[in-house]
Amino acid sequence: MEETIELEIFRYRPDQEDRPTFQTYEIPFRKDWVVLDAINYIKDQIDGTLSYRWSCRMGVCGSCGMMVNGVPKLTCATFLKDYYPDKIRVEPLAGFPVERDLVIVMDDFIHKLKEIKPWIIRREGEEKPIEEGEYLQSPAELAEYKQYSMCINCMLCYAACPVYALDNTFVGPAAIALAQRYNMDSRDQGREQREEIIASNEGIWECTFVGECSVACPKSVDPAGAIQRAKVGSTIDWYKDLLMPWGGKKR
Amino acid sequence: MVKSEVHKCDVVIVGGGGAGLRAAIAIGQTNPALKVALVSKVYPMRSHTVSAEGGAAAVTKENDSFDDHCMDTIGGSDWLADQDVVEFFVKQAPAEMIQLEHWGCPWSREPSGKIAVRPFGGMKIERTWYAADKTGFHMLHALYQTSLKYDNLINYDEWFATKILIENGRCQGVTALELRSGQLRVIAAKAVILCTGGAGRVFPFTTNGAIKTGDGMAMAYRVGVPLKDMEFVQYHPTGLPGTGILITEAARGEGGILVNKDGYRYLQDYDLGKPLDVNDPLHPVKKTMELGPRDRLSQAFMKELEKGRVLSGPYGEYVHLDLRHLGEKKIDKKIPFVRELSTKYAGIDPVYDPIPVRPVAHYFMGGVDTNIRTATRLPGLFAAGEVASVTINGANRLGSNSLTELLVFGAQSGQAATEFAIEHPDLDFTALEKQGADEQERITKNFIRKNGGYERVATLRQEMTKTMESGAGIYRSEKSLKETCDKLAELRDRFSNVMIEDRSLAFNTELTSALELDFMLDVAQAIAHSALARTESRGSHQRTDYPKRNDERFLSHSLVFRTDGAPRIEYKDVTITRWPPAERVYGR
Amino acid sequence: MKSYRRPVPNTLWLSRRPYILFIIRELTAVFVGAYCVLLLFFIYKLGKGLEAYQGMLDALKSPLSIILHLIALAFAIYHSVTWFNLTPKIMVLQIGEERVPAFLIAGANFAAWLGLSVILAWVIIGV
Repeated sequence: MEETIELEIFRYRPDQEDRPTFQTYEIPFRKDWVVLDAINYIKDQIDGTLSYRWSCRMGVCGSCGMMVNGVPKLTCATFLKDYYPDKIRVEPLAGFPVERDLVIVMDDFIHKLKEIKPWIIRREGEEKPIEEGEYLQSPAELAEYKQYSMCINCMLCYAACPVYALDNTFVGPAAIALAQRYNMDSRDQGREQREEIIASNEGIWECTFVGECSVACPKSVDPAGAIQRAKVGSTIDWYKDLLMPWGGKKR
Repeated sequence: MVKSEVHKCDVVIVGGGGAGLRAAIAIGQTNPALKVALVSKVYPMRSHTVSAEGGAAAVTKENDSFDDHCMDTIGGSDWLADQDVVEFFVKQAPAEMIQLEHWGCPWSREPSGKIAVRPFGGMKIERTWYAADKTGFHMLHALYQTSLKYDNLINYDEWFATKILIENGRCQGVTALELRSGQLRVIAAKAVILCTGGAGRVFPFTTNGAIKTGDGMAMAYRVGVPLKDMEFVQYHPTGLPGTGILITEAARGEGGILVNKDGYRYLQDYDLGKPLDVNDPLHPVKKTMELGPRDRLSQAFMKELEKGRVLSGPYGEYVHLDLRHLGEKKIDKKIPFVRELSTKYAGIDPVYDPIPVRPVAHYFMGGVDTNIRTATRLPGLFAAGEVASVTINGANRLGSNSLTELLVFGAQSGQAATEFAIEHPDLDFTALEKQGADEQERITKNFIRKNGGYERVATLRQEMTKTMESGAGIYRSEKSLKETCDKLAELRDRFSNVMIEDRSLAFNTELTSALELDFMLDVAQAIAHSALARTESRGSHQRTDYPKRNDERFLSHSLVFRTDGAPRIEYKDVTITRWPPAERVYGR
Repeated sequence: MKSYRRPVPNTLWLSRRPYILFIIRELTAVFVGAYCVLLLFFIYKLGKGLEAYQGMLDALKSPLSIILHLIALAFAIYHSVTWFNLTPKIMVLQIGEERVPAFLIAGANFAAWLGLSVILAWVIIGV
């Protein structure tokens, strides 16, 4: 007899029901299948009404994050065999409102992404013309921020963060790590502008350093580390400002 | 009748990948007063540009020249690229790449701090810029993040474009389904740019993400714009069996080798030159062996398969991509994603074991017919990126030209659309609103409130991909293509009985899958019929019944037009300027 | 179309093991703080004269006091260990292109801790 596995999936259709329910599906178990394969199987063969996001199925587009047994995961990289023969519970990412089934509302994240000004900022008149070629950046300077540039915006870190769950005004791990990515880029001069958001009440000081964002991160970005380093930077700024009010503060 | 909400803007860009974002920024830079709508069925950073790995080509080093890049590209295209376009592309490329560097793309560097380059298949000189082996990912995120600073850009994320709207003989916008609410909206615009990418998902085994369903190609095709050179589909020689996950050409650029089941470097048997020892300081030799062009490498695999010299596993036949001699340090530094993907998805750590690989459908050289300024023959409609055929890729694209193409022609389309929008300020909102209502009714009647359907979307889709592989894959013949054409006609027929179980309006992905399949069936038919009509072998289009290139009859682009019956095929000349057609030579 | 906001339970901090461990780490601060108050009290008593100081020392020898001390010690050790384990996230050192590995940074902290403890022990016991 064919081996099977059960998936218990969160269902919510806003125009048909007020509250979410769970629906259980029994599907063939294959040891090289990931949770996303299982969900695709359900969609194609059993129940066409199940909605979720996915695309690249190779862990780089960031679409398919879901809670798998209560833990935020990229479902394209989460293998059934690690749970078999137990039932697997699949829910939309925690901390976000649910749009439909496994699809969360990500407006808040997109807003925060834009808010931290994730682009290279140069001081007035210091932009290098294209004709003069690239900015020089040594491999060591690249290595300074490279880790923080690997974020795929999958939002698993937000789903892992209890602070964000309790208070959605928190700028959050991925956005702060991205700000840090630009702050540490040798080509950038915009740190001070980003500090308005980063060092605000909703920024780094909301973080209590639970550290689960870095555990959840599938790309080893280490947002928790980025936030703590930003705290150190901000604190140094504050002392410099205090001790040297005439302009000791960097920039 | 329910009226459709009309959103007004100056330029609408459909598709938020590399080309779409570059177009949006181009408008933001030059005409910040223009209101730009970026309509994308996914959030822009999910677009498939994200999966590109190896790099982007541009002439920036002392030992390189524009002519060399042109020659490599034209030879690689089997002389089906338009040479004036190639020259334009090659000359624009460096500035575009430097621009992206200024926008923060984390390019890999030389110790001096200058941009580093790596060799790539079919390129005589190393000119491929790279960000380790996540080049597309970094380019897309740099573009997306940069685009956020332009306030004239409005993102319509998760809006699924369904139709191009024409009034008074020119393109005046699109209709799009807002996925969250399930409502159809009209986005009225003075110019429309299609940047929706290719349609790899018409094949069962592809590197392409789920979203690559040829929406833009089909939308243009349906309003009478021809698709060009659709018979040319590139198979990438190294995908993981089963999933089709791409293992970048950079793995070979850095010195990886392909071996058959006997451990033999079989490419030497297919006119791709003689192998050097992997420890030879001159290995890998450019345009030779593993650094031959993708079409020839994928074809060589098929020949090995015929000879029974490949390996076999649960997901079909494969050969080995061996990287072990590169060592852990180099693999981790230059191609870490290759290691991550093979370890995670194939259970193979390339530091210790060779990676199983096989050819996999990867890229469409063909697409919406445009001129050098990305304009289609429908006034007001532009196209750039994989959705378009401009053409620099001809019968076979060289690895690392497509990422650069996004930038060069993305920017070009932004400029061209801006000019057009300024010259054509009038829009007929009443008529557009009416068209929106008609489109809403079509979708309601044919899909969301349709009764009596019995064909599953997934079943039809699987049958389509299967027939595309069997009849229009790497090697084709009249017999196989006719079977595929017939099967596709049958599927088109059966599609009218499609079943939608999901009656909810909110984020109805059964509906979008059906709309995507509808688009894909059009694209698949365009491919199969174009391939049937081209009775020669050129680049990626290999006919077993016509194994030779025939310049006398076919040194021309195919144009396929949609009709109520079988598609109509026409041809137009290739532009030849300084490089007359010759034999493609690799490794000698 | 209305979205659904899942209720956040009051017991969120107890819902996952990592959160519980985090809460324990935060709680350790109470004990570390309490011990600081105790030390201040010591100084206060010392200022009152030798007799008052001796009285306090005697009071601290009660079994209850020893149990409380052991609990405080356990929390203090938990606090120090978790804190030192987190230091590599905050103190990032890069030499050329390579980062100093996390275990070296945490290890240096542990070594310094051990060294200081030995010196203190020597001062207290040895004199």
